[in-house]
Amino acid sequence: MIKIENLSKSFGDLHVLKNINMTVFESDVVCLVGASGSGKSTLLRCLNFLEKKDRGKIIIGGKEIIPGTDNINEIRQRVGMVFQHFNLFPHKTVIENVIEAPIMVKGIAKEQAIAEAKRLLQKVGLEDKEEVYPSKLSGGQKQRVAIARALAMEPEIMLFDEPTSALDPELVGEVLTTMKELAEEGMTMIVVTHEMGFAREVADWIVYMNDGMLIERGEPEQFFNHPKEERTKEFLKTTEL
Amino acid sequence: MPSFLHFFQILTETKGVFIKAMLLTLELTAVSILIGIAIGLFFALLKISKVKILESISDTYVYLVRGTPLIVQIFILYFGISGIFLLPDFWAASLALALHNGAYIAEIFRGTIKSVDKGQMEAGRSLGMSKALTLRRIILPQAFRRALPPLGNQFIIGLKDSSLAAFISMNELFNVATTLGSNNFDEMTYLLIVAVYYLLLVALLTFVVNRVENNLAVSDR
Repeated sequence: MIKIENLSKSFGDLHVLKNINMTVFESDVVCLVGASGSGKSTLLRCLNFLEKKDRGKIIIGGKEIIPGTDNINEIRQRVGMVFQHFNLFPHKTVIENVIEAPIMVKGIAKEQAIAEAKRLLQKVGLEDKEEVYPSKLSGGQKQRVAIARALAMEPEIMLFDEPTSALDPELVGEVLTTMKELAEEGMTMIVVTHEMGFAREVADWIVYMNDGMLIERGEPEQFFNHPKEERTKEFLKTTEL
Repeated sequence: MPSFLHFFQILTETKGVFIKAMLLTLELTAVSILIGIAIGLFFALLKISKVKILESISDTYVYLVRGTPLIVQIFILYFGISGIFLLPDFWAASLALALHNGAYIAEIFRGTIKSVDKGQMEAGRSLGMSKALTLRRIILPQAFRRALPPLGNQFIIGLKDSSLAAFISMNELFNVATTLGSNNFDEMTYLLIVAVYYLLLVALLTFVVNRVENNLAVSDR
């Protein structure tokens, strides 16, 4: 569903992504792991064109996407994103956050958008928080609203950029549970995370990045128990408690 | 004390004239504020457009307006425009005030728009919203709420700036005060009286701005 070919990107002198090649199939759950600065978030953000690649191809649904030629706004309707710092709209209530894009971008009728939003909020366990403003929610609740908001656009792929990194430990579980359910429903997901437990349990593939390069990729069992590369082994040592 | 009695006597006697002048001051201020907000928003958007020419136009406007005294601008508009076509006093004054306020308001909006977290635009864009749509629905509402305290400040300044309309013979508060004051050889009393009227208007304006702020702060941020 997503194919990345020879992707490279630099920020000025800093070469952040070096010739990345990766394929993600439909319903795959891919966890991108690695140290800070390895380029994982940048790679994710290139996939919905929040960052501009320097070189390489990004192919979504079999078709290469070229900014300028293709309508990036339309592409972004198909690729949802959940951010580390939630980025909920503070001047709108929870339900207003969820219905905003469907109404404004897709032109869906308000009643229909509200009905769908209620369904999604119930799915993430927040149906009783409809009329609440984001400032009154806990971090875990905010992130679940953010997930519902992204799902409201019915994306084919969901990108998660360190979704639990900004949460207090006791709130991490509720978000991971929501993500796990989404994965079990067959959503194609690419998740940048430090949560190794989640990766081991939910991911179809773990991808380890270091210094802008894709070092190793494998199924959880193989990746965690029999890593092939030296750098992968070193990294796994640092994640053990 | 005789001077207190005198003050209150004149205050009540001149009630009618001053209230009429106060309404004119209010009209001038209100019109110049409303047009000033539109002008300010327009030039703020030019400045953040990332189109060099538009940014330069905005910079030039702000520089010219902030770089010359308001009284000069009022005179130029009044005497200059009336050479070309007939502009009623009220509109010469209001326009000059609006253009003047607009430059400061543009900088206020530019600051508050920039202060909205980058993540807000990213969230809107990632949902498929265009830059313009995200600006209109997500960024500007937040920027406007944040602009209320400095805007309130600018409105009060604008209110007092309206006194300069006296110099193109408009019968607003300051003009009435100085005219009556010199006619009666009693400048001090009339200046003190007009100060009271200005204080009243500023209190009213502050109250209104605070109410708007509170109503919009329901979401807390």
